[in-house]
Amino acid sequence: MRVVVEPSRFKIPVARPSIGVAGKTGSWRLERPVVDNNACTRCFLCEIHCPVNVIRVEPDTGVSINYDYCKGCGLCADVCPVGAIKMVPEE
Amino acid sequence: MGLKLVLTGNYSLAYAAKMARVNVVAAYPITPQTSVVEKLAELIEGGELDAVMIRVESEHSALAACFGAALAGARVFTATSSQGLLYMHEMVHWASRARIPIVMGIVTRTLGSPWNIWPDHTDYMDQRDTGWVMSFAVDNQEAFDLTLQAFKISEDPRVYLPVMVGIEGFILGHTTMPVEIPDQSVVDEWLGSRRQPYVIDGSDHLALGNLASPEDTEEFFMDIQNAMEEAKKVIAEVDREYSKIAGRPSMGLVECFKCEDAKYLAVSMGAWSGDLKEAILQLRDEGFDVGLARIRYYRPFPVEQLYERARGAKGVVVFDRAISFGSAGPIFLDTLASIARYSRKTPYVKNVVAGLGGVNITSEDFSKIIRKFVEEVESDDLVPFEWYHRRGG
Repeated sequence: MRVVVEPSRFKIPVARPSIGVAGKTGSWRLERPVVDNNACTRCFLCEIHCPVNVIRVEPDTGVSINYDYCKGCGLCADVCPVGAIKMVPEE
Repeated sequence: MGLKLVLTGNYSLAYAAKMARVNVVAAYPITPQTSVVEKLAELIEGGELDAVMIRVESEHSALAACFGAALAGARVFTATSSQGLLYMHEMVHWASRARIPIVMGIVTRTLGSPWNIWPDHTDYMDQRDTGWVMSFAVDNQEAFDLTLQAFKISEDPRVYLPVMVGIEGFILGHTTMPVEIPDQSVVDEWLGSRRQPYVIDGSDHLALGNLASPEDTEEFFMDIQNAMEEAKKVIAEVDREYSKIAGRPSMGLVECFKCEDAKYLAVSMGAWSGDLKEAILQLRDEGFDVGLARIRYYRPFPVEQLYERARGAKGVVVFDRAISFGSAGPIFLDTLASIARYSRKTPYVKNVVAGLGGVNITSEDFSKIIRKFVEEVESDDLVPFEWYHRRGG
């Protein structure tokens, strides 16, 4: 069956999500994850664990984080096996 | 036409799901439901049904798995009872409010404590306000018919609500009777392919269950109430179409047994209505002008039909196999509200609660209760609520 949303006779609790509709949630952050890409082993654990999907790991350049939406939960720093991510208080 | 098989009530549910060609079954065993999904597992394993059986760790997960599969476009079925149904309850609400067609069998069983595996209607009635269409069978043939029809009703764009079909555990669940099963090709043509209001299968970005404003949320619920009204028409329509396939009369939301011009009307639901019919035949022989309106669909409640049946009666006696503690039986409350909705001049309406915890109620019991009821009405000395209880037999 193909994706369909039938012309609505009634309300259905379904939305089409898109990036940033709720505003830039990075402003909620109290601590910022800072990455040492020289220490990073490219294990991808931080990318996998990030609950808001803002971390990308590239084999050449290492970890990059979208700070517009990172809420600073610190999971990435916690799972990093080599301590390459540090949580630093926001000013 | 078709096949005639000797089936238990539980197998009748399983065969109806098979004839609807369900794609996914997810279930967790619980007495007295277990043999419903055991039979489906057997049919899948034997290659008679092309479906996936998802074994889960709880009833909450069983309905969650069915819900997920249904969202993705699968026709699904599950069944449960009693404590399992209560454990599943959060997902029961979730599914109807998402407007996703699902069919579930409820093989009723008393709620604990104390621990009890015999049937009454308290687990089923606990689902009263969930937004599911709710039917209840009187025998194994009707268990099959209502379950097969449930798929068509659930997937009708005017309804798009999940449907649960109730049968009493053991009384129907584990006893056998001949059940007529229509030809697969006839069922396929009549039922058609799966329909649902939206599909979430990963090929597009759709999010379900977002935060909604109070006003939007209330409008979702108003739409469910409207769909329930529509469902009354759809149920009658589907039942009429199906009766042509099945070659049995169409009854719609309520079965009328000797009720057309009955001076005294009994109202009931479920397997014990069979004993009640025997009592009515006996009482008619004795000269009592008595009939029965049997509830086949509890939600949407057949308000108009019951009003029509009850308006000319002198007295109405409503039998409930469940109770809202501190109030009365749920069918009584709905019946009284149905009659009072259109008229301030209501007949005598009495509630008899009985058969809870699986206490056996026979046709003699029904005869005794109705004779007493008629006497009460005739002497203008009604006992409006009675919990009929006895030991033995």
